[in-house]
Amino acid sequence: MLAVDVEKKLGDFSVAATFEAADGVTALFGPSGSGKTSIVSMVAGLVTPDRGRIVCNGTVLFDSARRVCVSPHRRGIGYVFQDGRLFPHMTVAQNLDYGRRMYRIPADVDERERVVTLLDIARLLDRRPGKLSGGERQRVAIGRALLMRPQLLLLDEPLASLDASRKREIFPYLLRLRDETVPMIYVSHNAAELRRIATTIVRIDDGRVSGVGGAERLDTADGDLF
Amino acid sequence: MFSLTPDEWTAVVLSLRIAVVATVVALPFAVAIAWVLARKNFWGKALLDGIVHLPLVLPPVVTGYLLLIWFGRRGVIGAFLADTFGIVFSFRWTGAALACGVMGFPLLVRAIRLSFEAVDAKLEDAAWTLGANRLLVFATVTLPLALPGVIAGMVLCFAKALGEFGATITFVSNIPGETQTISAAIYTYTQIPNADAAAARLVMVAIVISLAALVVSEWLARRAGTRFHGE
Repeated sequence: MLAVDVEKKLGDFSVAATFEAADGVTALFGPSGSGKTSIVSMVAGLVTPDRGRIVCNGTVLFDSARRVCVSPHRRGIGYVFQDGRLFPHMTVAQNLDYGRRMYRIPADVDERERVVTLLDIARLLDRRPGKLSGGERQRVAIGRALLMRPQLLLLDEPLASLDASRKREIFPYLLRLRDETVPMIYVSHNAAELRRIATTIVRIDDGRVSGVGGAERLDTADGDLF
Repeated sequence: MFSLTPDEWTAVVLSLRIAVVATVVALPFAVAIAWVLARKNFWGKALLDGIVHLPLVLPPVVTGYLLLIWFGRRGVIGAFLADTFGIVFSFRWTGAALACGVMGFPLLVRAIRLSFEAVDAKLEDAAWTLGANRLLVFATVTLPLALPGVIAGMVLCFAKALGEFGATITFVSNIPGETQTISAAIYTYTQIPNADAAAARLVMVAIVISLAALVVSEWLARRAGTRFHGE
């Protein structure tokens, strides 16, 4: 359970968003430049809000009134970036283990095996990220975030940098991911994608929440809801 | 047959020792300052940048003279270090290493700073969200990715230290066996009659060492570089 109430001024643009995300997949849906990425960056702790409060599973991560701001490396929130951001100097296996090691979680062979199977990346383990396709890279990035045992997973347009066939390749894995127990915030501007994966839609326009509802309210005809 | 006299050997070994010590001791300071310059914005940043680069543009004699004033036995810093830690610079090889380190410092900082700036800050953010604190982000992501530049900087600093003349001779003079480096020895040989052969031999040695340093650095940087792109 995530509760977000944040304000942030970014040059001429400003974000002022309040919403809650229950278990399952909560989508932040809106056009490019509407502030979706800024919002998840604040949840992750990479961007500090000017004002507000962020609470995740009962833990206060940020509270401007009480001067609380938990550092990103202590938030336990997995972040899958649009561009993957795998470490180029490490193998896929080292990338996968990175978050687990930094969080000092003991190695768990079964858990890793399960994630590697879920994402179908077993044959990539010894490779470097430079030798992976876009879809493979994104799957490894998801695995890396999962293995740190996050209390919440942020997926920022995980398919946006991929072409249509790669999207088709990776989407089944995301659907499988939904059935994991980790709650997810899924950022996208693609209604068709969200109709299949999201449980709740939070519509973002111009930095503001303009509507909240179930995925059934998405209208695929024009891809524009509410 | 090419062979060096004991005096010439002494100058060669001393030069190598001074250059290695200067580079190794300067490295952690250079890494810290390069990181601050590459990643932080603060009041006085331009001033810090300017001070770091000063030895590059000042006449070396001026740098040597300033070292003499500050780090000499009666200098503010020199007297403190001598009384507190027993570290004496004036007319010692350690002083030569200090002069060489100071002269090579801007080159070291420049190369390392550029390589830090070339590391994508987004990767550092990713490491941060994966549970690494600032220091671990630096040690596991920033530094390994910047390694080729760090190596290049070290070679530049080493080469500068090996060839340093003006600041060293001003600060710690030209004492055979203590502060007489290859450069100072060559200079001395050119000042006395019938020493052309000795000067020529040291010139050869200087060329060989410099070339070797370049080849080794190229090799190291290549090795570090291939790790990112995979085999």
